[in-house]
Amino acid sequence: MSDEVIKLENVWVRYGNLTVLEDVNLTVFRGDFLGIIGPNGGGKTTLLKVILGLIKPSRGRVTVLGGSPESKRGLIGYVPQITQFDRNFPASVLDVVLMGRLGRGKLFKRYDEQDKRLALEMLKAMEMAEFKDKPIGELSGGQLQRVLVARALASEPEILLLDEPTASIDEPTKTELYELLKKLNEKVTIVLVSHDIGVISTYVDKIACLNKKLFYHGSKEVTTKTLEETYRCPVELIAHGVPHRVLRKHEEE
Amino acid sequence: MLDFLQYEFMRNALMAGLLASLACGIIGALVVVKRISLVSGGISHAAFGGVGLGYLLDFDPLLGALFFALASSLGMGLMRGRTKVSEDSAIGILWVTGMSLGVLFIGLRAGYTPDLFSYLFGSILTVSRLDLAIMFVLDMVILLVVFTFYKELLALSFDEEFATVRGVPTRYVYLTLLSMVALTVVVLIRIVGVVLVIAMLTIPATIAWQFSHKLHRIMFGSTVLSVVFTTSGLWLSYVFNSASGATIVLVSVAAFILSSTLKSLR
Ligand SMILES: Nc1ncnc2c1ncn2[C@@H]1O[C@H](COP(=O)(O)OP(=O)(O)O)[C@@H](O)[C@H]1O
Ligand SMILES: [Mg+2]
Repeated sequence: MSDEVIKLENVWVRYGNLTVLEDVNLTVFRGDFLGIIGPNGGGKTTLLKVILGLIKPSRGRVTVLGGSPESKRGLIGYVPQITQFDRNFPASVLDVVLMGRLGRGKLFKRYDEQDKRLALEMLKAMEMAEFKDKPIGELSGGQLQRVLVARALASEPEILLLDEPTASIDEPTKTELYELLKKLNEKVTIVLVSHDIGVISTYVDKIACLNKKLFYHGSKEVTTKTLEETYRCPVELIAHGVPHRVLRKHEEE
Repeated sequence: MLDFLQYEFMRNALMAGLLASLACGIIGALVVVKRISLVSGGISHAAFGGVGLGYLLDFDPLLGALFFALASSLGMGLMRGRTKVSEDSAIGILWVTGMSLGVLFIGLRAGYTPDLFSYLFGSILTVSRLDLAIMFVLDMVILLVVFTFYKELLALSFDEEFATVRGVPTRYVYLTLLSMVALTVVVLIRIVGVVLVIAMLTIPATIAWQFSHKLHRIMFGSTVLSVVFTTSGLWLSYVFNSASGATIVLVSVAAFILSSTLKSLR
């Protein structure tokens, strides 16, 4: 098998007259740590859902691990945007992480020892083991975020997709989470989307910019021009704290 | 106080309250955490079309209700996400269609329909042994299905997309849930009627949710609360000679106001 784990070819997504993704082409290789940045409403969540097979593109082709996203269900770990959750939902931390063990093969069966062991192991890796019996409603944003990562990891995925994993957490926790992801990346291909380019740029290997169209050169270098096109505003406003080795000047192109 | 137990219809009514509580406790918890009370309202009102058909064609209106409730829940489940019509418009249309069909069918049948009112607002005092048998069977089906698919139903309610990504056949799990709502509606019709079903599906579970963070405990708690509400409502309606369905619902509402107040004071 080739090392292309995700391939999008000329993918379009439209809702009525609204074009959300326009002719997106993207190849992700095994072992990549790809960060996709773009403004709110730029189509980042949509792009992840297309890769997951939750949204059918209006046009174009999506290949995941050599097949259709639907046929590879179970091999992709998904960490959705935290804002969509009802924080009052009646489930404990362990209940939630165990959901990572669900699947067709688990219908009509109980969770077994192996499932529980893996779930606890992932909670431990996320430093959340002592919270396993807590109701999720009692967690902070950062803690819930780590529980959601643990849930995705409990499915032992080959690819991990994360949607704005740092949106609701403070700076030290952000750094901690990125360090954890960096370590995970030794085994798992990671695609992470965020509207916050500050921290992302220090950890990921490759950066793409998305605002309806996707700008990606298969590397970490992002030109000022690309950023300005993506965010439709002067780059000084958005590139606070982005290391200079990441940002290449337009003239150098 | 226990003298009302000497009548068979009273004992039947109490039994009906217990059987209904089991269904509405378990399914009500799911309806509330999955936030599908509107869909459930649509299904229960659609069931009224079946009641009317039963009258018109002279078969048990409860069977008609079962058929209509199941058909509408399957329709809602299969349609979801596949049409341009938004889900809440579809629910509204289903709601009024069921009611209108019911009224139309009943009108088509010549003559007086004495217990039409009882299907709208319940009539726990006229529950027959056959009704009890039907309710018991439906209860067992509900218990078995929820026990079998408990973890999938929990995952569906918490994060449907994630469950889908994991390969859980969420469309069918959701269809199953709506079908169980349909069965519960039928169990509850004799107690509170199609118009008030939504109260018994939501109020006990909402109260139980205020005091528990585990789905199975909410199921248990709302079953117990439903037993308390149906029994005390029934007794009050006997003492004051009031409409039983409405009394049961008002007792539940009073308990809800009380528990919410207590909760906010703490
Ligand atoms: N189901 C939908 N129907 C119509 N428009 C949608 C739908 N989902 C998303 N959109 C629109 O698509 C655009 C991109 O959304 P999204 O992918 O969530 O962006 P991001 O995650 O980058 O903030 C937004 O303008 C949003 O309003
Ligand atoms: Mg988003």
